[in-house]
Amino acid sequence: MVDVHLKGIVKRFGKTIAVNGIDLDIRDGEFIVLLGPSGCGKTTTLRIIAGLEKPDEGRVLFGDRDVTYLPPRERNVSMVFQSYAIWPHMKVYDNIAFPLKIKKFPKEEIDKRVKWAAELLQISELLDRYPHQLSGGQRQRVAVARAIVVEPDVLLMDEPLSNLDALLRVKMRSELKKLQRRIKVTTIYVTHDQVEAMTMGDRIAVMNKGKIQQVGRPDEIYLKPANVFVAGFVGTPQMNFFDATVEVKDDEIILDASDFKVRLPKDYLPVLQEYNGKTVIVGIRPEHIYPEGHAPTTAKKLSWIEGTVDFVEALGSDTILHLNTGSMILVVKISGSHHYEIGSKVKVALDLSNIHVFDKESQVSLLYKKQREVQSS
Amino acid sequence: MEESSIVKYYLRKIIIAGLVILAVLWVITPFVISILYAFASKTDYYSPNILIPLHYTLEHIQKLLDLGATRAIINSVIVAVITIIISFALGLPAGYAFAKFVFRGKDTLKLLIIGLRMFPILVIAVPLVTLYIKLGLNDSLLGVALAHTAMALPFVIIISSSIFAGVPKELEEAAMIFGLDRKGAFFRITMPLALPGLTAAAIFTFIMSWNEVFIASVLTLTNRTLPAFILTSAMAAPDFIKFAAGFIMIFPAMVFVFIARKYLITMWGITLK
Repeated sequence: MVDVHLKGIVKRFGKTIAVNGIDLDIRDGEFIVLLGPSGCGKTTTLRIIAGLEKPDEGRVLFGDRDVTYLPPRERNVSMVFQSYAIWPHMKVYDNIAFPLKIKKFPKEEIDKRVKWAAELLQISELLDRYPHQLSGGQRQRVAVARAIVVEPDVLLMDEPLSNLDALLRVKMRSELKKLQRRIKVTTIYVTHDQVEAMTMGDRIAVMNKGKIQQVGRPDEIYLKPANVFVAGFVGTPQMNFFDATVEVKDDEIILDASDFKVRLPKDYLPVLQEYNGKTVIVGIRPEHIYPEGHAPTTAKKLSWIEGTVDFVEALGSDTILHLNTGSMILVVKISGSHHYEIGSKVKVALDLSNIHVFDKESQVSLLYKKQREVQSS
Repeated sequence: MEESSIVKYYLRKIIIAGLVILAVLWVITPFVISILYAFASKTDYYSPNILIPLHYTLEHIQKLLDLGATRAIINSVIVAVITIIISFALGLPAGYAFAKFVFRGKDTLKLLIIGLRMFPILVIAVPLVTLYIKLGLNDSLLGVALAHTAMALPFVIIISSSIFAGVPKELEEAAMIFGLDRKGAFFRITMPLALPGLTAAAIFTFIMSWNEVFIASVLTLTNRTLPAFILTSAMAAPDFIKFAAGFIMIFPAMVFVFIARKYLITMWGITLK
């Protein structure tokens, strides 16, 4: 068990920069998720922590031990690969025992530990089989058992659930998380699946284009996204974005979005004052727009607009409306099953306490910038 | 409507089966003929009324062996084994490098290696003999084996690189994470998994060396390999001796392939290319 620090990690492959200056402090025993679209550098970052790649710049520290140039075998890390990487010429038992054999553990100790790991992952009855006799889910368990049997300082997982079918994935998600809580190993988990990230991570580091966009608890990432990328990447359906011009009048602020106007309460005055007359990006999540009759009683600050129903997605548990307001489409999520006629007019309310405003140029959130500046100083 | 589709279905099957039989006959007939005539008695062979001989004898084979074929067979095996050892010792590391690493000039090098096979043996034969005489390698089995290695090496490199590329790199990386260095990962993970493919490459190398006649004839005088021996001795003999010689040529190669065949198809229930 150890804390991990990445300091200014840069990795280039030829002319492309895969990782572009990453700083990240991972606490001892923490489950941190690197979340991002494919090609964002998250797997490369993981491989640098594992020692499979050397960074061009920067340092990797385990505790206060600099491991940047140590080969993987001297780092006491374990890894679960996306393809599992179970050795096909060894039985399950030998696969799990292999890391211990290499480290020259006594035979009884190996046997004890393999049985312990197999029990933990419920694969005790599979120990005598070859990998090709196992299903995908079972192979996955073998890969995890092999990874925890050495009691690593750091457990690395590279999209371990992406090759499983949807049902099994949901099941393994909670199992892996529980397992990690039990053995309290520092875990770095790479995924492009935001649901996995939200449900498993103690903290999430959202990455894009080789850079970390935001680090925080899942609720922070969801409710207080630092920029347009994070706001748009996390959450389904995606957050609605539209351009609007800021008009500051006496004691209220108007966001003019051409199709409609939104009146913001004066709480927003401190952040938006300097943007008077300028264009900003406004974001609001689909579940924070309420059709008439669906507004929760707790929602106080509402701004009503009208639109035509363009398309309805009836998911059973939720109903998703695509609302045409003239020149753009607003997506609205209502919990429960409801019927809407396509082409009918619907009045909806934007929940102003859950609205996001981003700078048009830098795409950085104006609301949470100040908070973070306070935090980091 | 349905009837005609059934007819079509079976017609297709029959045509395919017919083509397969034709292809098999095409390959197998020369084998059968040479094996039959290798053991046919002299009278049966020369009798114009007998197509398939009725009386068989080991006389022709025996005669050939007495004439020096035994020694030639041993020579051929020695040359083939040395060829496999040297070409694998040199070719596997090169194949591994081509499969697992990206480096400058990789494609050019690959092309050059294949390009080596572009030169006809005929062209290099005479300079090779002069060189061998200078080096004292002429009329030696090592000399033949070295020449065969030069011929087999490009093949070993290209084939082994595609075999190593077929072993997923994660398997090796996992081994390195769990405590091995690259060499250990190669010998304990990649090598066992590549073994079926490498066995196939070894068989091909063996057969190439076993069959090669030109260089062997040019480079040796007293230490003939089997094809060189047959070319210089048996070709002047009667036809049934030639068939017997053909049989001696085919037989060890066939046995070798049959034994090694099971390694080619599966090992541990997995198939790598």
